[in-house]
Amino acid sequence: MAGRQQTHIPISSITTLPKLAGTVALVGPPNSGKSTLFNQLTGLRQKTANYPGVTVEKKAGRLRADKVLLEAIDLPGIYSLSPDSIDEQITLDVLLGRRADTPRPDSLLAVLDVTRIQQGMYLLRQLLDLNIPLLVALTMTDAGQRRGLRIDCEALSERLGGVPIIPVVATTGENLEQLRIALGAIFDTVESKREHSWPALRDAAQAVLNKAENSKQIDLSEIERALVDQQSILATELQQQIGESAVRELILQRRKLFDSAPALAQEARYGHAWAGQQLQGLIDEHQGLSHIGHKIIAFIQQPVPAMLLFFVVMFLVFQAVFAWATPLMDGIDTAISSLGLWVQTLLPPGLINSLIVDGIIAGVGSVLIFLPQIMILFLFIIVLEDSGYLARSAFLMDRAMRALGMSGQSVIPLVASFACAVPAIMSTRVIATPRERLATILATPFITCSARLPIYALLIGAFVPATRYVGFSLQGMVLFGLYLLGIVGAGVTALIVNKLLSKGERSGFAMSLPDFRLPNFRTVTMQLLDRVRVFLRRAGRVIFAVTVIVWALAYFPRSEAIDTTGLSGVDIEELENQQAANQLENSFLGRAGKFVEPAFKPLGWDWKVSAAVIAGFPAREIMVAVLGTIYAVGDDADEHTLAQRLTETTWPDGRLVFNLPMVVGLLVFYALCLQCASTIAVMRRETNGWRWPIIAWVYMTGLGYFSALLIFQLFS
Amino acid sequence: MTLADLRTGECAVITQIDTNDQTVLRLMVLGMVEGVTVQQGKAALGGDPLEVHVSGCSLSIRCEQARRFSVKP
Repeated sequence: MAGRQQTHIPISSITTLPKLAGTVALVGPPNSGKSTLFNQLTGLRQKTANYPGVTVEKKAGRLRADKVLLEAIDLPGIYSLSPDSIDEQITLDVLLGRRADTPRPDSLLAVLDVTRIQQGMYLLRQLLDLNIPLLVALTMTDAGQRRGLRIDCEALSERLGGVPIIPVVATTGENLEQLRIALGAIFDTVESKREHSWPALRDAAQAVLNKAENSKQIDLSEIERALVDQQSILATELQQQIGESAVRELILQRRKLFDSAPALAQEARYGHAWAGQQLQGLIDEHQGLSHIGHKIIAFIQQPVPAMLLFFVVMFLVFQAVFAWATPLMDGIDTAISSLGLWVQTLLPPGLINSLIVDGIIAGVGSVLIFLPQIMILFLFIIVLEDSGYLARSAFLMDRAMRALGMSGQSVIPLVASFACAVPAIMSTRVIATPRERLATILATPFITCSARLPIYALLIGAFVPATRYVGFSLQGMVLFGLYLLGIVGAGVTALIVNKLLSKGERSGFAMSLPDFRLPNFRTVTMQLLDRVRVFLRRAGRVIFAVTVIVWALAYFPRSEAIDTTGLSGVDIEELENQQAANQLENSFLGRAGKFVEPAFKPLGWDWKVSAAVIAGFPAREIMVAVLGTIYAVGDDADEHTLAQRLTETTWPDGRLVFNLPMVVGLLVFYALCLQCASTIAVMRRETNGWRWPIIAWVYMTGLGYFSALLIFQLFS
Repeated sequence: MTLADLRTGECAVITQIDTNDQTVLRLMVLGMVEGVTVQQGKAALGGDPLEVHVSGCSLSIRCEQARRFSVKP
């Protein structure tokens, strides 16, 4: 039967099921459009994971290449095969087949930016010498054309021994089909005897290989890199592999090739001379058309306009966070409360009802509401990055950042930490000077991350009047002020670190500045969706789990005695609320909260706020979820929003808990405190020890506590 | 004369490089080698770092490193 059924499948659908032909790695300099091209080629069929043992993102996906499928991986951007950071080291190790988790790719797609072809050719020479089937995608050809830049691809391909060179526009997908066809034939081209670009280097490597002990397991390319990159991890590892006599040969050959000059400098000279030679006479550059766009770009690239633009855009974003997001948030809020009410009427009153309505819906829901605001913030950061503005501001701010003991490159992590400190701390790897890097790592957690936003938005929304001054909302301005407080905290901290640590080491800063370009809609959307996925996953796992635990702590133990006491009340609803509050006070959470209350009473916090703040130490946005659950359990009137409930909370003697000094103190506490287990973990990994994360935690928590104490005591 | 002495818009050829600096080596990989023509761009706020145009791309170079590149206009 099964055999007969198969004959019914039309032939055409069989041929459209292509087979996997091999792997292809995308390699290219940073900002060459490599990731955009990867997204275009793989579409949504991609997975993001980490390389085991290191927190470097590994992006992989299937791509359709003419009639076959290829497994593609997007390697971290590199300028050359001499790595300067962990990310670049990964690229080198994968290309040489030195990572157990990622097999050496069967083919390479070199992604080179036509407007920086000299830099691209420098890398291409090293890639060609790896002897892996290779294809070149020449990107940014639209920008090249606007500049009046044209390259004779056919002639260049011929000079390089027949390597296919396909001009594409990664952002619009222009010429992508031709690239797919060429990729489909990547293994078919008979490997023509491509000449090695640097015969002397290959001969030297061969001489070393001849003396190596286990020469079968070592590739000639590995020895070449070890010859050139003397102090690299690769050279150190390889010297242990090849045996004593080969190491002696290696040192001998290195001296013969480079004499006393630094080998890397010699390679740079040789490589750029080679690149110039290949391009000789093939580039046609005439004055491109100058249109209004160029003039605007040239204007905003200047120091003062660029800085002004940054602050104007940032100010507008905080306005947008409140103005645009409100309708969306109201929608989500209504949906969540009606879901809660509907479930409540559906289920019989009691344990399960309370768990779902007061625990899960109220807890997770109170964090989910902030999704629109977080999306606006992420959109802003992604656009800044994608437009090349972030790299430009690293250049503009270098002097100012150095005065604070950081580097211009610290700007990139600091801006990234408006989203989240964890990737921000990882991105400090580009900072070459250890002291500047440490100062940046310790400053980063002060910057207001997206997890602080729900707390700020909740408290500002509840306690700052929604009035307007000169057309700007007061709430937006208070939020902007809190962000400024974070920036000041970061600056002062970096300054202190710098004063405490000894100077003396030479600092360096060298980077390639990309031009401004309009962000690509597709790239921005994909990155934004990625961020939303991460946020929802967190809400679905960590926050879900914590709310269930907090609900249980707030619900148990149930005391029957409380239900029958205090019958003197007349109003039934009042009575029920009273009962719920008594139950809550008697619960495990209530008792624990009462226990820690004395420590936080000088700050004006009652036991509920204290308990929520403590629950927020693993991840600060949990505080909002916990408040949501506590107040839902302690209040039988479920139509109230969390913000309404907060404004009505009183001390036993009738005074409001959330008065102005207390709210301001709480906001400042959240601005300064390090309440994030993930940040602490990444700090430990990136600084190789517990010392700095512990110092940072004690320092930031102490600063938050005493600032809140001072504010409350002075102003109440 | 070094790269740090060039004025905005001025062009020069790199004649000699003091390679005793890790950042200088990185700049050489990015295209700052002997014989190449560079053009000085606008400096950042406070006059440091400098923006240098070299074979179609812009590089950010601190004065400290720029002084290690000897140039001839």
